[in-house]
Amino acid sequence: MTVGHLVTLAGVLFTLGMLGVLSRRNILIILLSVELMLNAAALALVAFASYRGNLDGQVMVFFAIAVAAAEVAVGLALVIALFRIRVTVDADQVNLLKQ
Amino acid sequence: MTTFFFWAFAVVVAGSALLAITRRNGVAAALWAASSFVGIAGVFVLLGAYFLAVVEVLVYAGAIMVLFLFVIMLLNLRETDLRVLEGPRMHVGGAILGALFLAGLVWTCRRSGLFEVPLEPKGPAGETGTVAAPLFRDYVLPFEIVSFLLLAAMVGAVLLTKRKLS
Repeated sequence: MTVGHLVTLAGVLFTLGMLGVLSRRNILIILLSVELMLNAAALALVAFASYRGNLDGQVMVFFAIAVAAAEVAVGLALVIALFRIRVTVDADQVNLLKQ
Repeated sequence: MTTFFFWAFAVVVAGSALLAITRRNGVAAALWAASSFVGIAGVFVLLGAYFLAVVEVLVYAGAIMVLFLFVIMLLNLRETDLRVLEGPRMHVGGAILGALFLAGLVWTCRRSGLFEVPLEPKGPAGETGTVAAPLFRDYVLPFEIVSFLLLAAMVGAVLLTKRKLS
């Protein structure tokens, strides 16, 4: 196990999250993929913190997890509010500003 | 031993993430994502970040995934309403884009010699006490700001999901 292996694992996870955001149209799955990408960043931060031998990276991941929790709460509230007015979770059908 | 566990967790993380983004059923996708988060918690344990491993399981695999499942079940979607991928063009394009991104990353890691650095967790292990020390000494202001952020998110979520503002 080297730093490179961990960064590669984080990269694989980030890529999968990115593909989820780009290729899926279900807003809930898009939010889920954003969570995967946030976790990839957290993984890379912890790997480099362990490599450097100090704890600042871990503190930063702690903050990132707190912000992610807030982001999910607001994001899902937005999905529910959207579902109320459009009865859909298809991102392509959310085009009120275009019309 | 560490190497074996690293590969086991890596397979769990990547495999679960792949399944999570390809499932048509929202509940299945959320459960696979939770499995991926548990795998990440395992990698955190290997790196000596014990506190973060517990937080990952509690907050991500616990709270956030429960929130997701609640919303998915609340909306009660029919599976036929959801298209998964935009056909083969999207598959091929996505695979090429992902492969390019990963190749660039691995190339950069190789050039900067990150694959030659064996990772033995050094320095203090990330236990509750050792993480709390910098958190409450150097990062006490961000910590307080995060508490305000969580309050704002809570009020915002309640406000956004209210049926009618009165």
